[in-house]
This record gives sequence, structure tokens and C-alpha cells, in this order.
Amino acid sequence: MVEATNDFVQEKETIVIKGNVSAAYAAKSARVQVISAYPITPQTTVVEKLSEFVDNGLMPGTQYIKVESEHSVMASIIAASKAGTRTFTATAGQGLFYMFEMLHWASGSRLPIVTTIASRGAAPPWNIWADFTDVISCRDTGWMTAFCATHQEIYDEILMSYKICEDSDVLLPKFVAYGGFILSHTSKPVIIEDQDLVDSFLPPLPDEKGWPHIWFDPERPLMFGNLIMPSGFYYEFRMKIHDAMVRAKEKIKRVAKDFEKIFGRNYGNGLTQEYKMDGADVGMVIYGDLALQMEQAVDDLREEGYKVGMIKLRHLRPFPVEDIIEIAKKVPLLGVVDRATAFGSPTGGPVSCEVKTALHEVKGTARILPMINGLGGREVTLEQQKVQLKMLIKLNETGELPKDMLYGTLWDGLLEVK
Amino acid sequence: MVKLKEALESCLEEFFLPGNSCCAGCGLEIALRWAMKALGPNTALVSPASCLNVVVGLWPKTAPNFPFTNMAFAAAAAAATGMSAAFKTKDYRFPGKVWGEMTTLVFAGDGGTTDIGIQGLSGAAERNSDFIYCCYDNEAYMNTGIQRSSSTPHGAITTTTTLGKERYKKNLPRIMAAHEIPYVATCSVSEPLDLYEKFKKAKSIEGCKYIHILASCPPGWGIASEDSIEIPRLAVKTGSWILYEIENGELTLSKKSKPLLDPTKRAPLIEYLSRQKRFSKISEKVLIELQERLDLQWSKIADELSCQENHH
Repeated sequence: MVEATNDFVQEKETIVIKGNVSAAYAAKSARVQVISAYPITPQTTVVEKLSEFVDNGLMPGTQYIKVESEHSVMASIIAASKAGTRTFTATAGQGLFYMFEMLHWASGSRLPIVTTIASRGAAPPWNIWADFTDVISCRDTGWMTAFCATHQEIYDEILMSYKICEDSDVLLPKFVAYGGFILSHTSKPVIIEDQDLVDSFLPPLPDEKGWPHIWFDPERPLMFGNLIMPSGFYYEFRMKIHDAMVRAKEKIKRVAKDFEKIFGRNYGNGLTQEYKMDGADVGMVIYGDLALQMEQAVDDLREEGYKVGMIKLRHLRPFPVEDIIEIAKKVPLLGVVDRATAFGSPTGGPVSCEVKTALHEVKGTARILPMINGLGGREVTLEQQKVQLKMLIKLNETGELPKDMLYGTLWDGLLEVK
Repeated sequence: MVKLKEALESCLEEFFLPGNSCCAGCGLEIALRWAMKALGPNTALVSPASCLNVVVGLWPKTAPNFPFTNMAFAAAAAAATGMSAAFKTKDYRFPGKVWGEMTTLVFAGDGGTTDIGIQGLSGAAERNSDFIYCCYDNEAYMNTGIQRSSSTPHGAITTTTTLGKERYKKNLPRIMAAHEIPYVATCSVSEPLDLYEKFKKAKSIEGCKYIHILASCPPGWGIASEDSIEIPRLAVKTGSWILYEIENGELTLSKKSKPLLDPTKRAPLIEYLSRQKRFSKISEKVLIELQERLDLQWSKIADELSCQENHH
């Protein structure tokens, strides 16, 4: 048992913890001042661990609100953030859907809220296993969205996210998403960084005056969010959210560089992370926990003499258009793997649609093979991913498409229906 | 009770300024002006979707002269919890400043309180979140054009109860008291001094405070603007709207309502109902039934008070 102190204390240590616990440690390392949460599988151990920290006096001054629903989670976090405090919450699947209304209130108020999502499938039927349809359904709410592939990346990405979100040129909320159970409930070694080092990396907590654009202060009484006529600045405010989000790409890159300099861990350029793309004939765009296993599949095929590579997509919003174009100029064919659905869209997979849109009308870029797999936590094996890479090679060499495509997309790993 | 002269002298400062776009005779405006006179400048207000969102003025004009935020319809109590938590953590980091003195206030309509906001409000009450939640009750969705809410009384015509509402008014103050919060009170805009004192008292109590104000709405009730004090006063005089406090579970009738324990002191209900167009379709049979229900309600209150007395 660690003794309570009047300051946050953390020495650098490597501990074997669940992905959710890694998220809780990151919130503690970031010295979050207000936490509000409602339990939902598979996020629960995040809020349990934070309760343990707060109850044991390890987060002095932090207010932890245990609300009665996710709608109230985001409402309370928004008000706390508006008042000029660093805030944190975590949710998943149905809970994220339930807080949907409030997501726009957060981005519209330009609040630097960080929220982790232990992604799970959407009901019905009930599903609690890895599927990014939950967070990707919130694509257009004005939240930045990052995907994590490892337990360490959850911790690291949360720290980076506070630095990005609180940049006065950005001031937008952000999701940090990772696969439910696959990362949330498995244990791996994670480096928890020294508190002083984290403090030197992150911006200081907001001062008494709070954020530069929003506050509740009797000395500066102002009203926020009142009705605005169509001739007012509503339209311009929306344009500015888009502008801030696109410009956040440069901030994300800079923060990833700073992070590597201080902590020694590399996450590509922050937006994307290439793996063995040099000299590759084909490449696979992939995100979340399946990216980690895909690295192994690439390694195995490289050993067999196949020239394959992959690109881990780290951010869906802002979308790394320039990186995708650059990569798509290196190879003639890219597979794009979604663990999520966009029903009725051009490909059925949300990220493959994004990639295709990014490459539209850009000459000399790769053909795209959209793939969907692993929905609702369906297992995707290493062997399966190797076959996916081989399909790409075959298509590239012979022009032969995989069998059983559905409207131009490979739905890999479906059960056989008799 | 504070004297009117004394209250007027000590409350010269206005926090809800002229130039707002309230209707003439708006009960909400009276309620907010007097509540803010009691609470003072170190108050931050959360306003969920309601008339208040609109009457404060279109951007960039604002009538409130104190920190104020608009909020989603169902989100007021949760947002107030977050705001109150932020003030507490700021008080921890910057002790001895204004943050420890801040009062967090919700001003919500009956729709935002008794219907869409009740889950968040119930959650906050059970947590005993430190704020004052005020429902200004004009007994229908007036902002969207007079649709029925669960706080609309039996027999009232609205645009969605064109023959008069069949169901009865939800008794939210009693529901709030059932959460065992430290303070529940009812007010009427016709009794501003009573309202002023109740807000003063609420400000001095730690935890979740709930104040429910009957607030007249001339267009919604079908009354003349100049009658917007007289009509809620009749609601009190007939015993239809009862002024009371429930402090740590103990019921106390307020000055204007206490004498009405004697049924002969209560004006007949019809005097309140007949002055409003919204009750124009009530039949004689329903009127008798409503009077009987009201008398029974008063008998129960008398029983409750005598039970409390015996317990002491």
C-alpha cells in the first residue's frame, strides 16, 4: 500500500498491467483534476483503478464524480472543463452512443477533453468485444480520434493527447481508442514514467483563469452557448473547428517527436507509422490491436521472401491525407483492413472509404482493396492475416481478386452459411 | 421574514439585466431576478434548453451579469455537478480565492426538470452534489409553444392536450425530498420575499438543494400580463400551490400556506382556475373532483405535521 501524500508521486517503473489499467495510470500521470465516469464493459477496470487511486489519496485534489449515465458523464466533464480544469473519462460502445449528444457540446465549446474508448460492437445482438464501429460512428462530431495497438501505446497516447488537445491552436477533444478485451483485459509490461518527466512533457495545468477562450469567473462574467441567428457566426465557428482539426496534424507530428525525444518511444510521425514499407510490392493499411499482429505477419512473409509492408493508421481524425497519398505512391496496391462497418457506404468499411477519398484524383497512387474482418471480436488469426497479405500479392501479380468479395470488399473470416 | 423595505434596500444590485427578451409579465424573469439578489455575484448558472436559453438574448447580447452557460436539455444537473467539482478542485489548487465561495445554480424549466432532466437530477440528488437546482415551473413546454409536460396540471389545455390534460401533475418536490437531500423548498413568484429567503438559506447549506417555483406564463396560461402576480397568488390562497420547506426530512409550511391547514381559510379552487383560459374546458364534475383531491392532500399534510410533532 502506497501512502497518501499531498502531491502526485510516481517513480519510473515497469509493471505488468491490463490495457485499461494503463489508461488509468496515464490519467494519473497527467494529473487530471476532474474525472467523471459510468461503468460499462469492457471499460470498467479503468474506472475501478482510478477509484483506487483517488480513494487511497494518490491523486490529491482530484474530484471523481460517479454519475448515473454516460450522458451525464460527458455533461459533467464539459462543465468541469469549461471551468478550466484538466478532465478525463472512459467509455465504450453503447455508453459512447448514449453520450453522443454531448460530444458536439464538447467540440463546439472547443474543450480539450481526453476520453478513452475500449471499443466494442454495437447491439443488437449484445456484443462486448473488439469492434471500432462505436468510436468511428462519432467520426463527424469534431473529436480527434487515435487508435492504439499496444498497452504501452495506450499510456503514451493519452499523455500525447493532452499535449495536443490543450495546444491553444487546437483546443479540441480527443478519443483514444483500443480494442475491447484484446487490449483492455490482457496484461503486458508497461513503463509508467517518472512524474517529473511527465510534468516536463505536458503543458502545466490550467491556471486560475482557465482556458483562453472559456471560463466561469465572477470577475469576468460571460455567457456561453447562447442562441445565434443564421446571420451570426455559427457557420464561421464550424469552419474554425475544421481548420483547427486539419492544422492539428502538424501538432500531432511535433508532439510525437517531442515524446520520442523525452521518453524514447517512436510512433512514426504520430499520424501514421510505417512498417517495412521500404522496397515493398504491396502494403496493408490497418489500425488498432490487429496492427500489432500484422507486424508479425509481415515479418513472417518477409522471411519467406515476400516483399510486403504495412502502415499503422494512428489517427482517423484528423485524417492523414498527405501521408496516405505518399504511401500510395510507393506501391501499386494497398489493402485497407477495417474492424468496423459503414453500412451502405462505397466500400462498407469506414477507413477504406477514407483512404479511397484521400486518393481520389491523385495520379499515380495505389489501387485499394478494401477488407473487413474481426467484427464483434471475431478472432483474426496470424495465419489469416498472412493469407490477407498473400491475396494482395496475388492480386498485384496476376490481377486475380480474392474469392467471395461482396460489392468489391473482402469480408474475411465469415462463417459459412449452409 | 425579511421586510420588503429591507430587502429592496439590500438588493439594489441587478444580475439579470434589462433588455432581455422575456414576455411582459414573465414569471421566470421575476424568479431569476430575486434568486440572484439572494445569491449574489459569486454564482455560476447552468441553463438547459428552456425559455431561459432564449430570453437571455441572442448572441452577442446577454442579460445575465454573472457566469452563465447554456447546456443540453437533459444535462443540467450533471453539468452542475461537474461545475461544482471544478470549483472544488480549483479551491484546492488556489486556496483562499473566490473558488471556495462559488454557488453553482441550475435554472431549468418544468420540462427540463420533471421530464427529460429527471434522470440526471435524480443521480445528482442521490450523490448529494453541491449545488442549488431550481425548477421554474410554468407547467408546460412554453418555449416550444405550450405542449404538455409531466408538470402540467389536470384539466389544462395545451397544444398537445387540446381537450385538457387527463393525467395529474407530477409532484417533483416530494420526489426530490424522497432522495433525502438536505433542503427542498417550494416558492411562488407572487411571494418574492419568501423566495429570497429560501435561496439565502439554500446558499448556506452544503449538498444538493432543490427549489421548485410556480412561475406564471401569461401566453401559456391564458392570462393577462398584468395578472401574472395575482394568479399565482391565487394558487397559494386556494391551497392549490403549497409553500413549504423540507429540511433534512422535516416538513415546515411557509408563512402564507400555514394558515390554510384550516380548510375554512382556503379560497375555493375555482377562484384560481376560472381566471385562466387553459382551464376553460374543465367540467363541473372534474372541478369537484379536483377540489376533493386538494382537500385530501391538505389532510395528509396535517397528518404528516402531527406525526412529526408526536415524534418530537
